[in-house]
Amino acid sequence: MNKRTLEENVFKVLMVGSVCIVLGSLALIFGLVIWNGATSLNIEMITQTPTPAAPGSPPGGGILNAIVGSILLSLPATGFASLIAIGIALYLQSDFLQPRIANAVRFMLDVLWGIPSIIYGIFCLMIMISIGMSSSVLVGMIALTMLEIPIITRCMDEAIKMVPIGLKEGAYSLGSTKFETAVRVVRRQAFPGILAGILLGLGRGIGDAASILFTAGFSNRIPTSILDSTAALPTMIYNLYSTPLGQQKAFAAAFILLIIVLIVSVLSRLLTRRFKRHIIK
Amino acid sequence: METYQIETKNLFVYYHDKDILKDINIKIPAKQLTAVIGPSGCGKTTLLKSFNRLLEIQEDVRVTGEIIVDGENILEHKGSEVPDIRKKMGLLSQKPYPLPMSIFENIAYGVRIHQKKTKEELAKIVEYCLQEAGLWNEVKDRLHDPASRLSLGQQQRLCLARAIAVQPEVLLCDEPTSALDPISAQQIEKLLLKLKKDYTVILVTHTLRQAKRVADYIIFLYFGMVIEQGPADEFFSNPKSPETKAYLSGEIS
Repeated sequence: MNKRTLEENVFKVLMVGSVCIVLGSLALIFGLVIWNGATSLNIEMITQTPTPAAPGSPPGGGILNAIVGSILLSLPATGFASLIAIGIALYLQSDFLQPRIANAVRFMLDVLWGIPSIIYGIFCLMIMISIGMSSSVLVGMIALTMLEIPIITRCMDEAIKMVPIGLKEGAYSLGSTKFETAVRVVRRQAFPGILAGILLGLGRGIGDAASILFTAGFSNRIPTSILDSTAALPTMIYNLYSTPLGQQKAFAAAFILLIIVLIVSVLSRLLTRRFKRHIIK
Repeated sequence: METYQIETKNLFVYYHDKDILKDINIKIPAKQLTAVIGPSGCGKTTLLKSFNRLLEIQEDVRVTGEIIVDGENILEHKGSEVPDIRKKMGLLSQKPYPLPMSIFENIAYGVRIHQKKTKEELAKIVEYCLQEAGLWNEVKDRLHDPASRLSLGQQQRLCLARAIAVQPEVLLCDEPTSALDPISAQQIEKLLLKLKKDYTVILVTHTLRQAKRVADYIIFLYFGMVIEQGPADEFFSNPKSPETKAYLSGEIS
């Protein structure tokens, strides 16, 4: 075997190895969660709220409160964050903003992306206390929105940057304004990428515990107003896992969280495919 | 007396402080087909895009001088008036870029952004434009299919139809046939010949033969300067400058 074929083979093994590590981790995570949670997984998990545990027995009831809480927190947060993000992302393009300034903004967004979510959490906590509010769906939602904005913006920005200049020229030569070009043409062309950004934000938001730990608080009941504190799936998992004999239930809750994320991914894939047919190559 | 659609005076275009176009003084006759020819990289596309102020969507471009369309210097127009200048000039680019919408919407888009129309009026306009672009018979049963599914040649004709829909005065064509197969290219050429009755057509081309076939008026660019301009028969039969002679005989390309 000569040097070049050896090189080729070594890299092949490395690449296959990398794929195996990633796919293996995915399978391991799913396997572990199902293996540990299966015994506690039943219909009550998603139809009931928790009941206090009798001494010496595992916590009873389900985690409906956390499922509802997660939805109430992350869906509106992702919605708000996406609205703000699409505005920023469209504005960052060279049609509107000088690239020098846009790149500075991009850098700041990347820094924001890198800020650990607990810091968003305590930041919102401080503001919350200073204006006399207590932990609630509303404050948790705001913390999640802040956490998601840089992520969604940068993803949308990258997708929008890829829109060919010829397409923009086409739209401009029909007499479109910058706004019309951005909102009616560029947004459509970049839609799959924009959707991917929203999804990444949602995935981050629904799975994040640190930012909502103090801001949304915890409650065993389903919130009835946006000023009630609420549990969400990540905080519920944390809570269950730290209760004696609650570990199995924590894994069952984790399984439900995984399923929700999976459903969202599949739905968005289907949605993307529907819109992709219009994309100009 | 011939009427002129576009006239430039001392037009300079700088890109990154390098002068791409130098002192361009041309008059483009109305309702005729003007071909802009010259070797690649001589500034043909830049000249074309300066006419509808498309250059300014790129960074670091500076344009000085005057471009007079309908008696007004369009370089003096403020930003908010630019869409109206562009509306006067339809664009066909090298590679067709239909909008990411259905065939119908591609044409309706331009109409809708400028005026309110009822559904019936829109349908009529769409049909008219597709007829004009010779595309109607091929797409009339699938108007709501994505435009991206059309062949390249069909896409280019769709772009032509979409340009006509906003009732421009000028059609700016930037080598519109260079990416197409010979039959589609011929269709586009024929269409341009037909359309020059109603529109001023400016065709950038790098094939001399195409210019000979279709042009009424020729502008020859070389290294960002206009070397020669004039009626096509005169230009081809009796070229004046040595550069033109060299270009026509294939010595420079």
